[in-house]
Amino acid sequence: MTYLLRRLAVFPLVLIGVSIVVFVAIRMVPGDAITAMLGTEAGLLTPAQREALAAYFGIDQPWFVQYGRWLAGLLHGNLGISSTYGKPVLDVILERFPLTLELALLSMIIALVVGVPAGVFAATHNEKFSDLGVRVAAMIGQSTPNFVLALLIIYTLSAGFGVLPAMGEFSPLWQDPLRNLGQLILPAITLGFAFAASVTRVSRSAMLDVLSDDYVRTARSKGVSARGVIWRHALPNALIPVVTLSGIEFGYLLGGAVIVEQIYALPGLGRLVLDAILQRDYALVQGCVLFIAFNFMIVNLLVDLTYVALDPRIRLGEQ
Amino acid sequence: MVQHLTRKLLSGMALPGIALAAMLGIAAVPVQASAATLHMAWSQDATGLDPHKQTAFSSLRLLELIYEPLVRVDASLQIVPAIATSWQFSPDGKELTFKLDPKAKFQNGATVTSADVKASFERILDEKTGAAARANFLSIASIDTPDPATVVFHLSQPDVPILTAMSDVNAAIVPASEIAAGSVGTKAIGSGPFKLDKWDPNAKEVLSANKDWAGGATGVDGIEISVLPDETAILAAMRTKQIDFALLNDPLVATLVPKEASLQLNRVPVLAYHVLQLNPSRKPMTELKVRQAISCAIDRQEVLDTASLGEGKVTGPLTIPSLATDPSQLFCYKRDVEKAKQLMSEAGYADGFSATVIGATGEPPTAAAEAQVIQSQLAEIGVKLDIKMMELNVYVDAWLKGDFDMAIALNGGRADPYTMYNRYWTKAGNLQKVANYIDDTLDSQMQQGRAETDPAKRKAIFADFEKHLAEVSPWIWLYTSYSYTAQQKNVSGFVPTPTGTLFSLSKVTIQ
Repeated sequence: MTYLLRRLAVFPLVLIGVSIVVFVAIRMVPGDAITAMLGTEAGLLTPAQREALAAYFGIDQPWFVQYGRWLAGLLHGNLGISSTYGKPVLDVILERFPLTLELALLSMIIALVVGVPAGVFAATHNEKFSDLGVRVAAMIGQSTPNFVLALLIIYTLSAGFGVLPAMGEFSPLWQDPLRNLGQLILPAITLGFAFAASVTRVSRSAMLDVLSDDYVRTARSKGVSARGVIWRHALPNALIPVVTLSGIEFGYLLGGAVIVEQIYALPGLGRLVLDAILQRDYALVQGCVLFIAFNFMIVNLLVDLTYVALDPRIRLGEQ
Repeated sequence: MVQHLTRKLLSGMALPGIALAAMLGIAAVPVQASAATLHMAWSQDATGLDPHKQTAFSSLRLLELIYEPLVRVDASLQIVPAIATSWQFSPDGKELTFKLDPKAKFQNGATVTSADVKASFERILDEKTGAAARANFLSIASIDTPDPATVVFHLSQPDVPILTAMSDVNAAIVPASEIAAGSVGTKAIGSGPFKLDKWDPNAKEVLSANKDWAGGATGVDGIEISVLPDETAILAAMRTKQIDFALLNDPLVATLVPKEASLQLNRVPVLAYHVLQLNPSRKPMTELKVRQAISCAIDRQEVLDTASLGEGKVTGPLTIPSLATDPSQLFCYKRDVEKAKQLMSEAGYADGFSATVIGATGEPPTAAAEAQVIQSQLAEIGVKLDIKMMELNVYVDAWLKGDFDMAIALNGGRADPYTMYNRYWTKAGNLQKVANYIDDTLDSQMQQGRAETDPAKRKAIFADFEKHLAEVSPWIWLYTSYSYTAQQKNVSGFVPTPTGTLFSLSKVTIQ
């Protein structure tokens, strides 16, 4: 419990650090909201016009004044207003987040459902032809860029079969579950493909380590069935590196999968951040990055707590 | 053999396709476009709704469907009526009178009056608005509204191109009441053929027909525009008939459209031009002979063929078809490496020099390829080019400061050469800092062109201007590309134009 509180107490410090870095970094990049809106036509503005627009976008003050203003808003639960959407930043993020969360969960489910059994199968058939097959497949999965896979899927479906999930308008899960699943399954497969490959490789090597441990030999000598040894005794310990890997991957996916969202035209968090950066929507960039950092910390905390559940010997926070 | 196998394979896929569709849920079944709504897609969304502030290509394309200017230009770049039914310059060219269409109504039901026109132009001219197009209207001294249907612009000097500038959606007429309420840009209320019902930035726009539009009934009841950032995905969505009409930027994708039996590609040469901008304020581009050597060393057709698959045509500075000179008549438009080497040597750069060329990633999609071809061509005269590709905003920032040796650019064109080039090639041009070159000849030719009302004389003035500009070579004009739209074959009535406008979607029908 103390451990949990200590971890939670660090959150605000990390978030403030992240916010300062983002705040300064995005302002150091040349170009601003005015050039993002007007492009080269911004050169036609008189100094007075430029000042009026800078005041409109709230970029007429030095960065530390802007930061102070933003931080004061944050303490009141206000992440600012997005200049692109004309809405509070948090509202925009929360509109996009369900899709990103759902996509991340679906991809992880695909990765674990395919990856863990494949890894266990390969480990228990070590150095056999079937093990080689799984390893080659995992290698292909890991080395195929997801944009190649996404374009291949889209091309094959549209040119070969004349079908494609409805693109352009996304249906949330609670409005039309079937249509929602139809829209998300292909992106989830695209993301889950490489994820599953990583899970396969990690669970195979962890399983191989565990299978050579003394306690597994003991279990075997006591007459526990082969299946029992693998699933009840070996797998829980072999899962620890898989949990670590999945946690990190899941954390990344919660930050949005930019390329896959671009190709499948999904309005997720990744595209939101990218568009916000391109349009120099400072409030939105800051809000998104802060939100993503917060998610990442939560996922890390959950991963650490899962270790305890998997291996009672691990005591969090103890020296 | 391979073709036979492919056909056999594909024919065998029909049945699995249905099964696959079922597996992917309802969403996988091709969405049948209802006859009344045009489903459209583009890869870049509009960035805002204020017609006086937006300059992004996609913003203009959206806003042209919602707002109307006083006049428009048609496919042959002739001025035609929009809100104004007629217009007249006074004999001294200093007074421009418009008669408004009494049927013109805003989408809030109010009639468009001369007060709205006056308020709109005053808003554009107000520095607090931040309207980029203000620079085109600085000759307006005052605006009179003798009656609700008449507007008189009093100009401080004869300004023929102002009429073309008024055809731009950046000079759209918005309700005076909305200006007073400060809601232009949050509510999109124009007098155009469509009303904006919903805008979800970077995702979707929903437009419905404006039943009160003075231009008559629209061909469809509405337009739904989806933002599909990847153009390959747009093509895929068109194959499955989810999308009826699409705007394409990438020539690589556009050239695939004619291979689909159910699709039609529309392409038209546009006014925008691809150019290698030299910076004549930086050595050695300060030397006329060095700039001319670069012009002679570049094979423009090869740049076009390699970077853009030959999709376009080589151009001189003027891209307006009725005014453009045949490029073969311009200085060094036929590649001449020997002459280039000779000029380099005369300028004292026989051993060449090193320079950096900047370009924006993906804007245009051909930028990097153009830079590479030019790099290899200039290497032949000893010019070592270092290519620096940057994110669009970073590029724009450097470009506006004139902070480059050379820049690959795709610059927008206008239907009038004065409006198109006064920003660069006049002494008072707002973008002189970018062009970094001006001489008395260019400045005086531009001033003459601005005041001249006789079309034949204007043409002669601008022909001389173009010839001189190509000869002093501050920039190396390369080519104009095409604007592409793709459509299902059951869509008819769309007229592509050199300005890229989608205004004719107002009369498009779906069979």
